[in-house]
Amino acid sequence: MRLVLAFLAVCGLAVGAAADGAGPVVPTATGEPHPATENWRANHMVYMKHDRDLTMRDGVRDLGPEDHEINASLAECFDCHAVKDEAGQEVSFEDERHFCRVCHDYAAVTVDCFMCHRSTPADNTAYRAMATADDPASIEAYLARLSEEMSQ
Amino acid sequence: MTNRAEMTRRDILKSGAAASTVTLGPGVTLMAFGGTPAEASSRADAGKRWGLLIDASKCSADCSDCVTACKVENGWGQDMEHGHIDPEQAPEWIRKVTLRDKETGREVSAPVMCQHCEDPPCVDVCPTGASMKRIDGIVQVDKHICIGCRYCMMACPFKARSFVHEAVTDQSVNAPRGKGTVESCNLCAPRIDSGRIPACVEACEKAGHSAILFGDLKDPDSPISKALRDYDTVALRSDLELNAGVRYTNL
Repeated sequence: MRLVLAFLAVCGLAVGAAADGAGPVVPTATGEPHPATENWRANHMVYMKHDRDLTMRDGVRDLGPEDHEINASLAECFDCHAVKDEAGQEVSFEDERHFCRVCHDYAAVTVDCFMCHRSTPADNTAYRAMATADDPASIEAYLARLSEEMSQ
Repeated sequence: MTNRAEMTRRDILKSGAAASTVTLGPGVTLMAFGGTPAEASSRADAGKRWGLLIDASKCSADCSDCVTACKVENGWGQDMEHGHIDPEQAPEWIRKVTLRDKETGREVSAPVMCQHCEDPPCVDVCPTGASMKRIDGIVQVDKHICIGCRYCMMACPFKARSFVHEAVTDQSVNAPRGKGTVESCNLCAPRIDSGRIPACVEACEKAGHSAILFGDLKDPDSPISKALRDYDTVALRSDLELNAGVRYTNL
């Protein structure tokens, strides 16, 4: 019993020491800081889980000017939170310097997001804004082409 | 509890569905937990039902631009995925099918993808609710909760679903996909939500065929609704009465 207690005490000391300085060094991000970084550190998973259901199941992308801004698209995280390697390339989740891995490795919490999601900055940001009528791929322009075709 | 920044995880858990939108600072608003304005004004519109009408007489047998466009848009069909698996098992969101009348020898070609049924068998059989139909009629897999059981693949009469067997990296930001989940055509939901036509429709038009007509089936004045009224069209396996959102003509 004493042995166990001693072991626990040592563990406690080790964790305490880590929290004092040997903890994860969160990579610095670019852009405007979150107004409440501590809140994001504590609750990011809650926000992301909520928004993923909104986006995926209800199609809420919040692209219109009158829309509420969700501001928590996983892809947009990497606009600011991308870590670059020596060659200046953004590292993927495979690399232990990846923004998410730094803390998650330390806390031993598995991240499943990147089994499916891209872990580097977006390859395409075109769909972050509603298509305008002059975009040939927009539904509006498409319907206009169809009605022109039909009238001929 | 007005300041979300001061909330602990315990507070958030306790608050349940009560919390809505909270302003964190000037111009920055966080939202969580039910009943938010964004949920009320969902992007997917229940007043619409997206569908396709495919004119097989306009579809060229030697053209597969729709398939290529889908691969590029959604990032499936890469070589690295096919290294260890049978080609039969390879992901396939859309494929070209050629039909041949044995009597006359007439051949027609048309793309087959998820038919976006009104009563989708894949949704009926899904044990987790991952296989789902959006309120605007798009049938898709919520990979967040897909357990990869593949019941939906068995249930689909159109062989529209496929399973990702290999780990995937460097996915398209528009189409997250990964090992152990089922996937299928989602009618390019991210494109539709941002006011764009699906990639296959765009590619077919660019190729000069315009064999795929895209539109809102619930709007009686939309070109697709008019075409469905004017022409003789069929749904694949119409005997199953699934009321597919993808229709064919001149098959």
